[in-house]
Amino acid sequence: MSPSETRPPETEGGPHVRHGGSWDLLGSEISVLFRRRRTWAMLVAVALIPILLAVAVRLSSSTLDPGEGPPFLDRVTQNGLFVGFTAMVVAIPLFLPLTIGVVAGDTIAGEAGLGTLRYLLVAPAGRVRLLLVKYAGAALFCLVATLTLTVSGALVGAALFPVGPVTLLSGDTISVTESLLRSLLVAAYVTVSLLGLAMIGLFISTLTDVPVGAMAATIVVSVIAQILDVIPQLDWLHPWLFSHYWLGFADLLRQPLDLGSFAHNAILQAGYLAVFGALAYSRFVTKDILS
Amino acid sequence: MTGAGTGAHQAQGLAIETRALTKKFGSQTAVNGIHLRVPRGAVFGFLGPNGSGKTTSIRMLLGLTQASSGSISVLGQSMPTRLSEVLPRVGALVEGPAFYPFLSGAANLRRLDTADPFAPRRTRRARVQGALERVGLSHAAEKKVHAYSLGMKQRLGIANALLLPRELLVLDEPTNGLDPQGTREVRSLVRSLAAEGTTVFVSSHLLAEVEQMCTHAAVMSVGSLVAQGTLAALRQVGETRVHLRTPDAAGALRVLTRLGLEPARATNDAADAVVVAPLGDTNWQPEAIVTALVAGGVRIRGFAIEEPSLEERFVALTGEGFDVAQ
Repeated sequence: MSPSETRPPETEGGPHVRHGGSWDLLGSEISVLFRRRRTWAMLVAVALIPILLAVAVRLSSSTLDPGEGPPFLDRVTQNGLFVGFTAMVVAIPLFLPLTIGVVAGDTIAGEAGLGTLRYLLVAPAGRVRLLLVKYAGAALFCLVATLTLTVSGALVGAALFPVGPVTLLSGDTISVTESLLRSLLVAAYVTVSLLGLAMIGLFISTLTDVPVGAMAATIVVSVIAQILDVIPQLDWLHPWLFSHYWLGFADLLRQPLDLGSFAHNAILQAGYLAVFGALAYSRFVTKDILS
Repeated sequence: MTGAGTGAHQAQGLAIETRALTKKFGSQTAVNGIHLRVPRGAVFGFLGPNGSGKTTSIRMLLGLTQASSGSISVLGQSMPTRLSEVLPRVGALVEGPAFYPFLSGAANLRRLDTADPFAPRRTRRARVQGALERVGLSHAAEKKVHAYSLGMKQRLGIANALLLPRELLVLDEPTNGLDPQGTREVRSLVRSLAAEGTTVFVSSHLLAEVEQMCTHAAVMSVGSLVAQGTLAALRQVGETRVHLRTPDAAGALRVLTRLGLEPARATNDAADAVVVAPLGDTNWQPEAIVTALVAGGVRIRGFAIEEPSLEERFVALTGEGFDVAQ
């Protein structure tokens, strides 16, 4: 960005220079995202998952045999800290991708649908800067959604069930404090897992001016990836699917802590960020804004 | 009519200059090789029927769409290559206002202001308030935009263009949806901005609007620029006429002919005839003509000098009727 000698005549605003506006735009993006009722409705729904689960287990008289129902469900009655893990397993395949699809699909297409995209671009927000800010907003939502689920799970688990040292999958026992740290680690794992899908959503969002279409397409992509992931004939494809490691956070519940799957997952998601980030970039910087 | 001068040094004096600017959508040519020249400091009316390529041209000027061919220079810099330096100096209202319905008017302006990397955060609230005041929306600043009327949204759109002092304002149909009061306010706002030295580029399909606030105009028809220049120059193609109402038509014709004019009867009603005569290049003052008529015994019921109307010219250039250009 070379400074120009033909800057406008200066006013009381001080020298006409950049004002670190990228952070302002990011702040504004986050505040707009979290001021929408839709965002709050989705977060409330996410928080309800562990609550419903815990209440259902608490009210039911029948006890589960180990291994019956979703993973960890049989342990919930012994230790409330398992509510969060169980809820995460339940939410990952459909509900979390659904909320990510709504937020990521809305990024560019939503602005185009409202017509505000043209005003952001003539401001000028800069197309690359706008993409980065939009993605940062979607990524933050991934984090907030998984944290919401984790915190809600921990609270309702502690309220309805006994809480004590947690017996891990490896048979070792860890303290309550450490198990809470492991919960946060699981939340981090799931957040990272969703970053690839969020970037796919951003790319799809640059293709259309209809936000609902981009949202639906993103959700469909996540469902298709998971269907492909269970077809044995396609096992060569499985390690390349962004959803392949989604349920792989069980490794974080072993002693000693195994971060191998975390790293695998992170590298895979980084690949998706690079590929779909490049696609979104090449599509958006040359796009004719006709909305 | 592209007589605004030629030569590269002239580009300094142009706020907008396009060369053979063309936009094709598939096989359809929306804008066909236009050479637009908007002098700095002008209030420039960009006229044309709906669908004549005005908005497509504006989208190219602002870097929203890419030209199929041709070049654009805005405020002396090439677009869209220097977009990030040019656009902070330009305020725009493009194809109607657009806002986040779930945010208040003021919150919308703050949001769009953060998108401009040159907009100082420190003065943001004050600038938003000032812009809202300028368009008369202070009372509705904290109201959600979904409760705004079309006219209020239009005002908010103009306020958005005024968040910073601009060298160039591009206003696409700024009075759309405004009541007569609002239209007058926009006109006086444009005049006051022009008086401060801002170049204003206003697109409109309303001729009267352009005639009342612009110094220059260009006319688009079916994607082509069919006329361009100062309003005076555009009008000159039409002619100034004497318009006379009199019961003494024959006498009036005689007197006017003697003055060197070429009068004609516009009506055949002998008791109350209308006689018109192009003033041509004769230099008769109106009072001299009236004096001559009265001296010739012609009774005058009405007398007027009619300036050539831009409307006649506009209709001649773009055709009449409701046909949207294909």
